[in-house]
Amino acid sequence: MTAIHLNNVRKSFGTFDVIKGVDLEISPSEFMVFVGPSGCGKSTLLRLIAGLEDITAGTLAFDDKVVNSLTPSQRGIAMVFQSYALYPHMTVFDNMAFGLKLAKGGTDEIKRRVNEAADMLQITAYLDRLPKQLSGGQRQRVAIGRAIVRDPKVFLFDEPLSNLDAALRVQTRLEIAKLHAKMHETTMIYVTHDQVEAMTLADRICVLRDGIVEQVGTPLELYEKPQSVFVAGFIGSPKMNFLTEKHADTYRAHTLGVRPEHLEIKDKGGAWNGKLILSENLGSETYLYIDIGAKDPLVVRQDGTASQQPGELLHISPINDNVHRFDQSGRPAASN
Amino acid sequence: MIWNLTKNTAFYALVTLIVVLAVFPFYYAIITSFKTGSNLFTVEYFPSSFSLENYVSVINAGSFTRNLLNSLVVSTLVVLLALLIAVTASFALARVRFRGRSLLLLTILSVSMFPQIAVLAGLFEVVRFLGLYNTLWSLVFSYTIFTLPFTVWVLTTFMRDLPVEIEEAAIVDGATPWVIITKVFLPLMWPAMVTTGLLAFIAAWNEFLFALTFTSSTEVRTVPVTIALLSGASAHEIPWGTIMAASVIVTVPLVVLVLIFQRKIISGLTAGGVKG
Repeated sequence: MTAIHLNNVRKSFGTFDVIKGVDLEISPSEFMVFVGPSGCGKSTLLRLIAGLEDITAGTLAFDDKVVNSLTPSQRGIAMVFQSYALYPHMTVFDNMAFGLKLAKGGTDEIKRRVNEAADMLQITAYLDRLPKQLSGGQRQRVAIGRAIVRDPKVFLFDEPLSNLDAALRVQTRLEIAKLHAKMHETTMIYVTHDQVEAMTLADRICVLRDGIVEQVGTPLELYEKPQSVFVAGFIGSPKMNFLTEKHADTYRAHTLGVRPEHLEIKDKGGAWNGKLILSENLGSETYLYIDIGAKDPLVVRQDGTASQQPGELLHISPINDNVHRFDQSGRPAASN
Repeated sequence: MIWNLTKNTAFYALVTLIVVLAVFPFYYAIITSFKTGSNLFTVEYFPSSFSLENYVSVINAGSFTRNLLNSLVVSTLVVLLALLIAVTASFALARVRFRGRSLLLLTILSVSMFPQIAVLAGLFEVVRFLGLYNTLWSLVFSYTIFTLPFTVWVLTTFMRDLPVEIEEAAIVDGATPWVIITKVFLPLMWPAMVTTGLLAFIAAWNEFLFALTFTSSTEVRTVPVTIALLSGASAHEIPWGTIMAASVIVTVPLVVLVLIFQRKIISGLTAGGVKG
């Protein structure tokens, strides 16, 4: 049950500022996800919390204790790396036991804890193998196991699923969700660029952009009330449609955002009209790309398969006026 | 068809030529070492007589076995000392960010550019000053100095290629730099260690100039010097037979070492394949 407080945390590499002053409160036993495009500083922020990088300015505290100058093991964190980072010359058992052995744990105690973690992750059968004899998914489990064994106060994940193939990614994602349910006293921070992982795993999501926090909130808050064009475009798949100029003027906004799932095809008299350029049929749903004279084609999501043919003229309207209005600075426009 | 045949023939002819050029001096030393008397001065490419007399005389000749032991002790110490210093140094040079790191690396490399003879006088003064003259330590000291640039450079390059995440995982596990070096990096670096260690051993084993300069009495000499100073019954006789026998004896430990570590050396050359 550890709360994490970041107070105006900054990080520079030479003259280059990567983290430009982050204030963030992470509650005890929360699952926080850092998300953002590559180069936004999310991994750096995680490494600052881990203690793998020095904090240039600001304070980082676990509960009431400032931990800026403590080593990772003194902070009581455990970390799962994107590339697994297993010790190639040690068996799975030794990989998981390494930290405990350094901490001078008793042999029986070490065995018990490693076996417990191995049971939880179903890797007991591989304890004698070397990492090179395991598949990618098994290696990532060992890496997670190595972190569990240390019984950390704060559990950190640095894009742990990026090296796995699509099917395995979904499966491992579920296991991480289960893990969070089991270790409900542990605070977890998870870095990803994949907004699906963020939406499904997080208690709260922190969207980062250029070393600054754009918005923090529950997945639904970010989905329903994005506080900027950037967040609106980042959360949700496919991406939100953005309309400007004449299409936005009608709604008294500088930029108008509509999610593809909040648009419907009408028989006549829609808010916008345009020709169908392309339809992507996924079976369960279909994405229609419609040219309504805006900069980019408008994407509309339809349930099931769609019968419309390319070239056909379609009428489109937002469902229940479910639109997001943004002003010139990219912030939500005042309602009037 | 004919063109293919010519190509193949030319290829193998070249291979044979290279092998003969490389092996012939050693082969000639071996067959000469088995000859005695005036036979020594007839040029033969195949052995015609066989006698171990030269070997017996060289082993019984004064201090040869003692000198062989000296060589072994000096070379082993040089390898151990050089690897210990080089591994710790290369960890710092490859992994710790500090000002002037690349300058330091280049300086280390440039040390190996000085010819031995250029530093001989200066090094002699240092050896005298440290009171090491005419001891085996003078050789251990000077060989280590000359081996280190190469060893440090190779191990630094190798260590730089080890994945950073493995080191960070160890840091998270609570490992100190010393634990990281000994428990995590060393096991991954055996191929590089064996390769550089073997080359250091060979260099120390063969070294002549320092060995001749820094020692004066027979019982602290190493074998290359001993062989050079082998003398015959009179001042005008060069004892080719014993010299050749001694040369063969001196080569054997190297061949044995290379054979033992051969597989490690080869994997050392392809060790870039280490992946977490």
